[in-house]
Amino acid sequence: MDILPILSTLRRHKLTSWLLVLEIALTCAIVCNAVFLIGQRLQRMDMPSGVAEHELLQIQVADVTTPSNPYARLAEDVAVLRHVPGVLSVASSNQVPFGNSSSNGNIRLDPAQPERTLNATTYFGENLVPTLGTRLVSGRDLQSDDFVDVETAMKGLGNGDSKSLPHVTLITRTLAERLWPGQNPLGRIIYLTPVVGLRVVGVVDSLVRPNAYDTAKAQYTMIVPLRMGASKDQSYLIRTRPEDRASVLAAALAALKKADPQRVVTTQRSFDEVRRRFFQDDRAMAGMLVGVIAALLIVTALGIVGLASFWVAQRRRTIGVRRALGATRGNILHYFQTENFVLATFGIALGMVLAYGINLFLMSHYELPRLPGAYFPVGAVLLWLIGQVAVLGPALRAAAVPPVVATRSV
Amino acid sequence: MELFAYYLELAFRSLKRSPGLTALMVLAVGFGVSACMTTWSVFRAASGDPIPWKSSQLFVPQMDIWSSSARSGDGEPPDALTYTDALALMRDHRALRQSAIYEIAPAVFPARAGQHPLTLGGYAVYAEFFPMLDLPFLYGQGWSAAEDAAAAPVVVISRALNDKAFGGANSVGRSLDIAGHDYRVVGVIDDWNPQPAYYDVFGTGGYTREGPALFVPFTRAIAGDLENGRTACDAEPSSPGFAGLQRSECVWITFLAELDTPARVRAYRQYLDDYAAMQRRAGRFLGAPNNRLRDLPAFLAAEQVVPGDTRVSFLVAVGLLVVCLFNTVGLLLAKFLRRSGEIGVRRALGAGRGAIYAQFLTEAAIVGLAGGALGLLLTGLGVLGIGAVLQPRLAALATLDVRLLVTTVVVAVLCTVLAGLYPSFRAARVQPAWQLKSD
Repeated sequence: MDILPILSTLRRHKLTSWLLVLEIALTCAIVCNAVFLIGQRLQRMDMPSGVAEHELLQIQVADVTTPSNPYARLAEDVAVLRHVPGVLSVASSNQVPFGNSSSNGNIRLDPAQPERTLNATTYFGENLVPTLGTRLVSGRDLQSDDFVDVETAMKGLGNGDSKSLPHVTLITRTLAERLWPGQNPLGRIIYLTPVVGLRVVGVVDSLVRPNAYDTAKAQYTMIVPLRMGASKDQSYLIRTRPEDRASVLAAALAALKKADPQRVVTTQRSFDEVRRRFFQDDRAMAGMLVGVIAALLIVTALGIVGLASFWVAQRRRTIGVRRALGATRGNILHYFQTENFVLATFGIALGMVLAYGINLFLMSHYELPRLPGAYFPVGAVLLWLIGQVAVLGPALRAAAVPPVVATRSV
Repeated sequence: MELFAYYLELAFRSLKRSPGLTALMVLAVGFGVSACMTTWSVFRAASGDPIPWKSSQLFVPQMDIWSSSARSGDGEPPDALTYTDALALMRDHRALRQSAIYEIAPAVFPARAGQHPLTLGGYAVYAEFFPMLDLPFLYGQGWSAAEDAAAAPVVVISRALNDKAFGGANSVGRSLDIAGHDYRVVGVIDDWNPQPAYYDVFGTGGYTREGPALFVPFTRAIAGDLENGRTACDAEPSSPGFAGLQRSECVWITFLAELDTPARVRAYRQYLDDYAAMQRRAGRFLGAPNNRLRDLPAFLAAEQVVPGDTRVSFLVAVGLLVVCLFNTVGLLLAKFLRRSGEIGVRRALGAGRGAIYAQFLTEAAIVGLAGGALGLLLTGLGVLGIGAVLQPRLAALATLDVRLLVTTVVVAVLCTVLAGLYPSFRAARVQPAWQLKSD
């Protein structure tokens, strides 16, 4: 197929050609960026939690009046839950992965260091590792004699008595690697305050923080042996088999209600729901972008159909002449297809530049990363395809123009 | 007028002649405009001024109570106060009206038998909160400064709670069991849920599904151990529980001050700096005073309550509209130039360029109007179904109102007429002689 006659024709329809090129360019630029944004969201929604999500339930209850001994109350509740049929393991925790509400501490490696090394989240609660299902990769789990009542610890903090403070901690592999790259973290000390030094006794494979907004810091997690009392902020975590979740949740709630009919259940959900809740904005954004991409491609395709039809109608006589002079239907069909390919290529080339520009704008205003080169071909291929599909109808109509048209309208 | 009717007739005839092309244009305009309007309705709701008549007189004091290490790196002080500082600001009372505010979530026992206790979201505030923020009272009113001072067990409840607990009757004077204590209802407010929830950006992050169900005196909430919602700490409190929190350097209380004149604002700023300097001398604050006293719009902007996602969605939708308009320009051009013969005849018969312009812009406007009508329908569907595609927390804010609907149609017509300008210009430049000759 000779491209020169096409170019000379397009030069005669400069304006409409330019419009089409610009439309394709804009669509290409927006689609590249939107696909990139969708990719980002999907990647974020895929963030690993490190826990057995399909086997976990979360319950929070609020007491109407503060119990006289919250520690005893918590132990009773845990015992009640452990006896519910189908329950494999029970823990209580001050926070849950992807739960949003979080307790965080500023870590120092040297108590005298003026600036923090980093900010990590702190899980407090007994029996967390087996219940959550996070894997211990080295060292040991926390034992019951590591645990200190939070009230005792607070008093110790107040009067400087280091005996009543917790002394050990578990950390995630990511945190260990960040604090002591390439070294054995076991036995090293992390300072939460100048007097609270915690010795690393174990490393867990992965445990995401409740407030995992920044992917890079999502695994900066510690488990500290502080025993919390029952309160509205405390969560009961129940491990069960995936298929038993609904029945176990109902039974667990009934058991808790039976133990004290006065209290109010404020949260009752599976971890699938916790994750769904946490990422709902990301999912919504990705959904909206998919919708916009679809609308853009449809509109652009319709525009191509419209202009191509116009061109075909305008050139009926020329097509007739070409057919009369011996051009086959295939020649005419290919002519319009090639014409569209040329226009799309111009549009895509311009669109790449524009896509880069839009990305620069988004980077400076919305803290987005740079658009990776891999996204450019996605937009290009999509638009080439759309162009070819859209032009097929008008091109077939052009190919159907009979040679006799050449003789008629002169 | 007669001419206009003539153009209308011409336009309809022309549009009818190529129904496919017309439908394409109407669809494109409708799509583009409705995408824009739907996202805009969310953006507008999210970035709106929650109390436009007073926002420039409401100020949020912020103080940098922690050392630089606790800051997020941008030098901004925390967006809430410690108990110590909030009480000091209340005691010194340098504003026209002011209130310390914190979120509570007590269990409430409705008076009617057989009802389960409810955990309800509310706020502990001072008496001046109500007149300062112009809360709409259905029955009764707020409490007085004397009741603040006495930590009196009084409560202002929302219409929703009043319906639930008292069946919607005037409940002023009746009592309500909150966290095991009797509170006397002194007022019932009408639905009140401003967005962004400017009175507690620290705790809510900016948006709430439901408004607060109840308000109790701050002093009473402290005395009755009604615990707070969110807390932010640089270091763990040195003693446990709610009492420990009150003695700690953790922040958990928001503060609003009404300052009605520039002189008052200046004086308050000076007061904050003096206070910080005094605290520094006493060994509490480190570093030079680093305070903020922003009015409400500036505070909401600094807190970035409008999520970046909302803006990006709106930008993407505007991009879609632009592509739709390019499309319309191309199609109109194709459509108008196809009629060069007709234009030639009209020009030869004495129609001026202006007449050709008028004719074709009328045609464009009709396409715009039809697109607007379709856009209206799609915007309606969009706003109703937006929960499925936009951030659910914000989607609830999007509402259909007359202004949005009118804007949709106006934007559609304006955009299409704009898109029709160049094609009409080309049409008006058609040389009559050339067209007549070639036929």
